[in-house]
Amino acid sequence: MAEVTMRVWRGDASGGDFETYTLPKNEGEVVLDVVHRIQATEAPDLACRWNCKAGKCGSCSAEINGKPSLMCMTRVDELPEGPITVTPMKTFPIIRDLVTDVSFNFAMAERIPALLPPPMPADGYRMFQEDVQRGQEFRKCIECFLCQDVCHVIRDHEDNKQHYAGPRFLMRIAELEMHPLDTNDRREYAREEMGLGYCNITKCCTEVCPEGIHITDNALIALKERVVDAHYDPVAWLGRKILRRPKRTAAEAAVQPAP
Amino acid sequence: MTTSPYEHHEYDVLIIGAGGAGLRAAIEAKQRGLSVALVTKSLLGKAHTVMAEGGMAAAMGNVWSEDNWKVHFRDTMRGGKMLNNYRMAELHAKEAPDRVYELEQWGALFDRTKDGKILQRDFGGHRYARLAHVGDRTGLELIRTLQQKVVSMGTDVYMECKVLRLVHDADGRVAGCVAYWRPTGEFVTFAAKAIILATGGVGKTWKFTSNSWESTGDGHALALWAGAQLIDMECIQFHPTGMVWPLSVRGLLVTEGVRGDGGVLRNSEGERFMFRYVPDMFRAETAESEEEGDRWYEDHNAGRRPPELLPRDEVARAINTEVKAGRGSPHGGVYLDIATRRSAEYIQRRLPSMYHQFMELAGVDITREAMEIGPTCHYIMGGVKVDADTAATSVPGLFAAGEVAGGMHGANRLGGNSLSDLVVFGRRAGMGAAEYIEGGQVATDFNLAEAEAAIAEALAPFENTGGESPYDVHRDLQEMMQTNVGIIRTGSEIADAITQLETFTQRVKNLSVPGGRAYNPGWNLATDLPSMITVAKCTARGAIERKESRGGHTRDDYPKADPEYGTINFAHSMSGGRWDGEITTERSPLLVMPPELATLMEEGN
Repeated sequence: MAEVTMRVWRGDASGGDFETYTLPKNEGEVVLDVVHRIQATEAPDLACRWNCKAGKCGSCSAEINGKPSLMCMTRVDELPEGPITVTPMKTFPIIRDLVTDVSFNFAMAERIPALLPPPMPADGYRMFQEDVQRGQEFRKCIECFLCQDVCHVIRDHEDNKQHYAGPRFLMRIAELEMHPLDTNDRREYAREEMGLGYCNITKCCTEVCPEGIHITDNALIALKERVVDAHYDPVAWLGRKILRRPKRTAAEAAVQPAP
Repeated sequence: MTTSPYEHHEYDVLIIGAGGAGLRAAIEAKQRGLSVALVTKSLLGKAHTVMAEGGMAAAMGNVWSEDNWKVHFRDTMRGGKMLNNYRMAELHAKEAPDRVYELEQWGALFDRTKDGKILQRDFGGHRYARLAHVGDRTGLELIRTLQQKVVSMGTDVYMECKVLRLVHDADGRVAGCVAYWRPTGEFVTFAAKAIILATGGVGKTWKFTSNSWESTGDGHALALWAGAQLIDMECIQFHPTGMVWPLSVRGLLVTEGVRGDGGVLRNSEGERFMFRYVPDMFRAETAESEEEGDRWYEDHNAGRRPPELLPRDEVARAINTEVKAGRGSPHGGVYLDIATRRSAEYIQRRLPSMYHQFMELAGVDITREAMEIGPTCHYIMGGVKVDADTAATSVPGLFAAGEVAGGMHGANRLGGNSLSDLVVFGRRAGMGAAEYIEGGQVATDFNLAEAEAAIAEALAPFENTGGESPYDVHRDLQEMMQTNVGIIRTGSEIADAITQLETFTQRVKNLSVPGGRAYNPGWNLATDLPSMITVAKCTARGAIERKESRGGHTRDDYPKADPEYGTINFAHSMSGGRWDGEITTERSPLLVMPPELATLMEEGN
C-alpha cells in the first residue's frame, strides 16, 4: 500500500524539532487531511489551526516544503515524491507546533481608519460594476496572512514590524483608497504610518496568494503611484496650496467617525 | 462585583460567537453606549459565515420591482412548511433590505445592476431574484464588513477562547460564563449583565457536513444547560449539493447559485429528474417542461421556475431517491451540470470560488464537465426558543441570534435567508440586551461554584488514564448520527440512536487526553463533545416524537405531513445544570398568525 511520510515541526516558543509520521496514502487527500489523521491516531495534541477546509477562511496557513501555503488546498499527490515537510509560518512567533501568534495582523487592522462614506440617499447608493470591481478583487482576501509571512521586509527584519503594515494591510488601504464611497485621502497615511515605501515590489506576496489576487500590480504599485502623484506632482502641490487641501490629510483621516 | 480566582473581565454585554450575528449584535450594543466584548473559539473573521456563498435575501426589488416584504414573508413561511415563528419571518422580511443597505455604508461592495443598484440573484424557493451577492463569496463580504466595523468601533475581541458554561446569579439570571484560552489552556471568567449567544450550528455531529470544526452546537447546549428551551431540533437541513469526491472533501458545499444561474441536475441516464419530484404544494409555481424552465431564466414572466429551484429539502430528498434507485454517479451522487448550459466566461465570473474549489480539490473543470454532488448536513433550523422582537430566551439576561436561535426558518430554511437572519436578529439581540440592561433588573452576583464545576469537568480527561481518545468517540458519534438520524429517518433507528446516546454520554465521561493544556486539539475536542452529545439527544428526541415528514425532518415510516404536527414545536428543556442531566420534551404550540398575514399565504397559489 502506498504511504505518505510527513515531517512536522513540533515545539513551542522555547524550541522544538521535526517529528516524522508515516501513514497509508489516501486518494485525493490534502495536507490538512494527513495532519488530521496524525491527530486522530498518533498525536492527539498536534496543534494546528483550521476551520472551513475549503480555502475560504484562511486559518490553516503553514509552510509546506518551505512554501507558504494553505494546508487545506495543497494536494498530497501534487507534491514531489518523498517526505512532506510542514513548518509553522516563520514571520510570526510560535505558540505551539503549527500554530503561530498572528496578533501583529490584528493590531495593523485596528490602525486603519474606517470607510467614511457620504450620507446614503433614500434609495441607496449608485455604484457601477466597473467601479466596484477593483475593490472586489482585494476583498477576496481571506486573511490567511501568507503574504505577510512571505514578505521579506518583516520575515527577515523583525524591527520593521513597527513601521510596516505588510502587503495585506497596504492592500486594504488601496481598497479603501479606490472605494467609490470613501471620502478619506489615505495616501499620506499609507506612506507615513503604514510604511508603503518599505515594499520593493518583489511580488512574493502575489505568488503565494491562494486567492490569486494581484496584490503587487493592482494594489501596491497602484497605491505607490497615487502616493507619488500626491506627494511630488508639482501641479497637485500647487493645487493643495491654492485650494487648501481638497481631501482630508492623514491626521484627519485617523479620526474615526462617531459610531 | 465578583472575586474570581481566575483571570476575570466584566462587561455590560458579552457576545459568544463572532460570526455575522455576533458581530452585528456587538455593533448594536456598542452604538447604544454599552461596554461590549466578543468571545470566539477561532480567530476573528474565520467564523462559519465566511462559507456562505450565494447571497443574502432581501426584498429590495432592484431586479423585480414586483418584489416586496410580503412575498418574501410568504416564500419563507411556505419554504419552512409553516412551522416558522411567523413574527420572526415577518420582521426578517421587513427589515432585511435596511440591513443590506447598512452593510454598504460600512464598506461592502455588492455586485451591481446595470443602473448601479445592488444586483439580486435567483435562489431556490424565492419567487423573485432576491439575493444581494458578491459572486459566490457573499459570506466573506458580510463577515469582513462587519468585522471591520466592529474593529473600527474599538470593541474588545477575545479570540481562541472556548466558553464551557454559563453562570447564573442567585435569582437565576444569567451573570456571566467560564471559558478557557485555547493557546494557553488557562481559565477565564466573564461577568456580564447580558449574554448573547451567536454560536452558529451543529453540523460536526454528522459525518458528511459542510460545517467547520467549530459547529459543535456550543450555544444550543449552553442555553439548554442554563435553563432555556430548544425547539425544532429534529429539523436539520441537508443541503442538496455537497461535493461527494474526493472522500476527504465529501460534504463541502456547492452553492445553490449554480442552479440559480442555470445549472441543472441529471442522473446517470442524463435525465433532468427533478421534474418527477414536484410536490403538490409547489406544482402551480413550477415549470412542467425543460423548455418552460429554461424560458424562466430569461424572463420570469415567460415561464415558471424550474424544479431544480424547489426548496432545499425537496431537492435533497429527490437526489437521495435517485441514488438509492441506482441512477447515481460513480461516487454516489448525481450530476450538477452548468458546463453545457452557460459559457465558460459566465461561469468563471458568476461562480469563481466554485470553479477554483473543483479545479483545486477534485481536478474537475466545471466549465467543461458536470460536478458530482450529493446531500450534506448544512444547517439546523432548530435552536434556542426566543422572543422574535427582542431575541430574549426564557432565562433573564440570555439572548440568542442567528443559527443558534430557533423558529425563524420553521422546518426548512430557504437559501439566502441565513445571512439576512444573522444581521436582522443580530441587531435585534443587541437591542434586546440593551433594553434588558436599561430595565435595571440585572445580575448582581456570580455563582462561582458553577464555574468551578465546569472547570473540574473540563480537566477530567487529563486526570483520567487509560480512557478513550476523543477522536474515536467523535468519529463513532458522527457515523451513528449519519446512519440513524440522517436525511431519511425511521422510528426504530431513531430509538436505537436514543439508546446509543446514553452509551456515548458514558464514553465522554471516560475520555483521556495526552499532552498539556496549551493549544491541545485533542483536549479542545474533548470539551466540545458534551455539546455535540446534548444536541444529538435533542435532535433524536424531536425526531422520534414528530411522526410525520416536514421540511428537514423526513420519516420513511410517516412519509406525509400531518396537520396535527403542523401547529406545534417540540421543546426540550433540562434542569439541574449538569450536561448529562435528564432532558424533558414537550409540545409547544406555534404562535398563531393574525388574519392579515394569514391571507398572504393564500395569494398566488
